[in-house]
Amino acid sequence: MSGAAFLQEAPCAPADDAVVEVRDAHYAIDGRPIFAGLDIRVPRGLITAVMGPSGTGKTTLLRLITGQLFADRGQVSVFGRDVGSLSSAEIYAVRKRMGMLFQNGALLTDIDVFENVAFPVREHTNLPESVIRKLVLTKLEAVGLRGAARLMPAELSGGMARRVALARAIVMDPEVLLYDEPFVGLDPISLGVILRLIKQMNQALGITSIVVSHDVQELATIADRSYLLSGGRVVASGTPQELARSDSETVHQFMTGSAEGPVRFHYPAPDYASQLLGAEEG
Amino acid sequence: MSSRARPSMILEGLRKAGVTGIFLGRLLLACGPALARPGLIVAQIFNAGGRSLIIIMLSGLFTGMVLGLQGYDLLHRFGSEEALGTAAALGLLKELGPVLTALLFAGRAGTALTSEIGLMKATDQLTAMEVMAVDPMRYVAAPRFIGGLIAMPLLAAVFNVIGLFGAQLVGVQLMGVDRGTFWSQMQGAVGMRDVTEGIVKSLVFGAVLSLIAVNEGYQAEPTAEGVGLATTRTVVVSSVLTLLLDYVMTAVFL
Repeated sequence: MSGAAFLQEAPCAPADDAVVEVRDAHYAIDGRPIFAGLDIRVPRGLITAVMGPSGTGKTTLLRLITGQLFADRGQVSVFGRDVGSLSSAEIYAVRKRMGMLFQNGALLTDIDVFENVAFPVREHTNLPESVIRKLVLTKLEAVGLRGAARLMPAELSGGMARRVALARAIVMDPEVLLYDEPFVGLDPISLGVILRLIKQMNQALGITSIVVSHDVQELATIADRSYLLSGGRVVASGTPQELARSDSETVHQFMTGSAEGPVRFHYPAPDYASQLLGAEEG
Repeated sequence: MSSRARPSMILEGLRKAGVTGIFLGRLLLACGPALARPGLIVAQIFNAGGRSLIIIMLSGLFTGMVLGLQGYDLLHRFGSEEALGTAAALGLLKELGPVLTALLFAGRAGTALTSEIGLMKATDQLTAMEVMAVDPMRYVAAPRFIGGLIAMPLLAAVFNVIGLFGAQLVGVQLMGVDRGTFWSQMQGAVGMRDVTEGIVKSLVFGAVLSLIAVNEGYQAEPTAEGVGLATTRTVVVSSVLTLLLDYVMTAVFL
């Protein structure tokens, strides 16, 4: 089944049930199109995976959703509100209902783990110190790092930093969690822990999750619904199992990790043999 | 330089001036809310000022000692050694204190500010704040700007005091100028206007250099090379502007 065909056949949830909805979004950087008619719908309470080869704009999509960038054309709605039409204060209000896990953790390096997790709470609430302490320790316990509360970010491994960042992302009990490449560079144990945590956040807290990644196998174990991006638009969507059964060449190439297919592995270059045998230039 | 390169350089210069102007507007708007967070500002006064104290005190001491030596040598030729205190005080309060403090500030605190903010940008810390609905202009940029603005005149005052001590050390202790004459001549000749000139210069340098340092960090390319280049620009632009502004302000005060 082709991706486009599947999109039409996919059962549609009621419009008010979508937490994030991207409709016909176009976005270009320096004239280079990143999105050319992107359509994505993120149902409430589910884990939605957004996959695609490097450079397809997965992180850019998260920036559109968080209102750091705005679509040139089309609409990006979050909690039913068009992000492009919101004022700066309204965007900040929307962001308070979201959490985001950055690829590198993005912890504030001049304060310790405890203060990093407490940071959004201190900034947005006037809770007494005793409550903040309990809140932070609870979240750190959830990611297994209560004992690391007084370590500085520089003392953490990559996996630990990402778990602290996850604790920080959930400390304000967001309705939506955005994960930017959460599995990159993790050892198998850390990877397994992060996978379980994403699933637990979703099941225990009912948090709607958007996971941007190109790790197909990992995503297949947790995602309720997946979108595959290529060439600035969605080429396939459905459950991971449905994507695995797709007869689309692009989907097949991506799911099997093949270098041959519609998505070119090699950056455009002159003929290999003639360049090797030719002049010294390039 | 080719004729084609010139317009693009002018346009690039105008673009940068525009970006800095917009940044300054946003920064000033963020200063109001930032003033409600005195803890952040005190921390930045310590970062920009407290951590620069040793280098400022050492430089002030040696500058004062050189002033004492050179001043004594010059005044001795005219038999006016007793004017050494006045010469050292006016030289330090009006020129050397504010200017050298500003140059040292650019090299130590300015570069630290630029590289810190640039690295925060490169490691997504500023983006993370934005996503957490915390405005980095209020949390990062404004406290550092205000901290630098407050720290500069304080550092210049320390520089002046230590410099005068250094001048006295050489002039009085080493070269034998009368202690009473040294201080009384200074007291009689140095007026409030001279002190004010130095304070105004320090405040202007503090504002301009802090703006440059914070802006360069904020606009830096989020790469190792980008942060390095931004840090270099901070030192170069700050140093040249310090000397230029010093000339302009001296001309205004005369």
